[in-house]
Amino acid sequence: MRIGETWGSKLLGIVNVILLLILSSCTLFPFIYILATSLAPIEQVLRGGIILWPERLSWDAYEAILFNDNFVRSIYVTLMVTVIGTLTNLILTAFMAYPLSKKGLGGRGFILFLVLFSMLFGGGMIPTYILVKSVGLLNSMWSLILPGAISAFNLIILKNFFQSIPEELEEAARIDGCRNFGVLFKIVLPLSMPALATFTLFYAVGNWNQFFNAVLYITKPSLWTVQVFLRQMIFQGSTQDLIGQAGVISGVEIIPTTIQMAAIVVSTVPILIVYPFLQKHFAQGVMLGSVKG
Amino acid sequence: MNGVTARRSRAQGWFTNWEYYVMLLPGLAFFLVFKYVPMFGIIMAFQDYSPFQGVTGSQWVGFKHFSVMFAYDGFWRLLRNTLLISFYNIVFFFPAPIIIALMLNELRREWFKKTVQTIIYLPHFISWVVVGSITFFLLNPENGFINQMIAHNGGSTINFLSDPDWFRTLILSQNIWKEVGWGTIIFLAALAGVDPQLYEASVMDGAGRMRQLWHITLPAMKSTIVILFILRLGSVLDVGFEQIFLMLNDLVYEVGDVFETYVFREGLSGGRFSFGVAVGVFKSVIGLVLIMGANWLAKKAGEEGIY
Repeated sequence: MRIGETWGSKLLGIVNVILLLILSSCTLFPFIYILATSLAPIEQVLRGGIILWPERLSWDAYEAILFNDNFVRSIYVTLMVTVIGTLTNLILTAFMAYPLSKKGLGGRGFILFLVLFSMLFGGGMIPTYILVKSVGLLNSMWSLILPGAISAFNLIILKNFFQSIPEELEEAARIDGCRNFGVLFKIVLPLSMPALATFTLFYAVGNWNQFFNAVLYITKPSLWTVQVFLRQMIFQGSTQDLIGQAGVISGVEIIPTTIQMAAIVVSTVPILIVYPFLQKHFAQGVMLGSVKG
Repeated sequence: MNGVTARRSRAQGWFTNWEYYVMLLPGLAFFLVFKYVPMFGIIMAFQDYSPFQGVTGSQWVGFKHFSVMFAYDGFWRLLRNTLLISFYNIVFFFPAPIIIALMLNELRREWFKKTVQTIIYLPHFISWVVVGSITFFLLNPENGFINQMIAHNGGSTINFLSDPDWFRTLILSQNIWKEVGWGTIIFLAALAGVDPQLYEASVMDGAGRMRQLWHITLPAMKSTIVILFILRLGSVLDVGFEQIFLMLNDLVYEVGDVFETYVFREGLSGGRFSFGVAVGVFKSVIGLVLIMGANWLAKKAGEEGIY
């Protein structure tokens, strides 16, 4: 506490801390509720009532979901889409951003305009669907990767970041005999690690979480991503249903809440694992775009 | 002579830069194929598109689908729903990250600030499917947490998920839970740029916390707030489509159906391709006009635009 602070100001500080504690608790509550119920024994859940804490730890729900072939396959598909997709995202974005960061490059202005305009206007869902269908990507993993291969927003942010790297560093490498590809790989990319870490996280989370593209482009249940699986499992029996797609886990069998919640936990944990490692870069990553050029 | 030299150096530029163009190629191909080819698909809105005849073989019908659209009650319902959901978000969601950023900025203990930030950023990374599922577990009338609380306290359960009166509140609450924390980042960054000497000087002049907030902190955030607000107005037709798609059911179409959900249901699944594209084109064109207007306004207000 600073010297000479008034009581009113101190009180305000305490109220502030309490309000932020309430906010944090409200944010965390759903996570804790899902985790607690998924670990609760089935008797406790069937008995009904409010569950805030499991009576004893029961791993039955996790056993059930981890031995469910459909779930495991959906996790595998999602993992493939995330790994291959994120690599594709990063390579294409970095390769395009680097030349665009060179102010003297012929045609740069026009290409930047194309990129920017695609952020403001688009053909929409049906023309994109017809395109994906006509190039034969329906029911292929690539339909979940290629239509969103580059985020125009990330591209422009990365371009601005590359522009902020001092030209002298690149010149030095050129004098040492590096060509453009060499400069990109030996100088520019290593210097951009914090930015690239942020984009890896953003792209990977986007790939892992994407849902609607899978609804549009994937009809074969063997290629369902985990988000589609979750949606089928949890919203089944509610009034809505995916058109022409029947329930995924053996007909209309009712799935215990605990198993549904365990599936949520398992499918969310991978994101929560990478989160702390990359958190320190967020603010930087988000603010990179403010460097205009 | 000068012209020749310039031409030669430009040709040399193209030549020595060939590696740059090789690097550009895959990305450029992506934008042309997946962004610009669909834009030409918009001509479907002026045809009676049939999947068998394709875009080149289908019959031209001019503005038929647009006149049908404007005469159709359901279309105005889409517009109303979209604008109302956006309006809810602007009024109740928009100020929240600003207030929370100000609250975080008042914290003196760095570890506490970091912990709160870590927690409130977290939901941003959760998929809408999971958010929708959690909503279902918390709110469903049979064994949802909230309804059990209500029942426990002697109230009668509320069917939040299929009651049209609750739909917008539900969407807004999900949005606040998921994105408010993340939204603080940009405001916190603006606050981090404030010179600490200003606060020290104001203490010398006898300013309390409230006066510091009013005369130093808020002015430092003003430009960020103004530009984000204007851009938010410009994207008033963009509502969280995946989110709404997941929460939508037959009982809440009246208040929850928006452009994309309609285009998906009627246009794509229902096979009314051309009509679906027409509805989509209406949204895209108005969206473009709004965002350009917003950008113009932002520049007019003395701020940097987005482009």
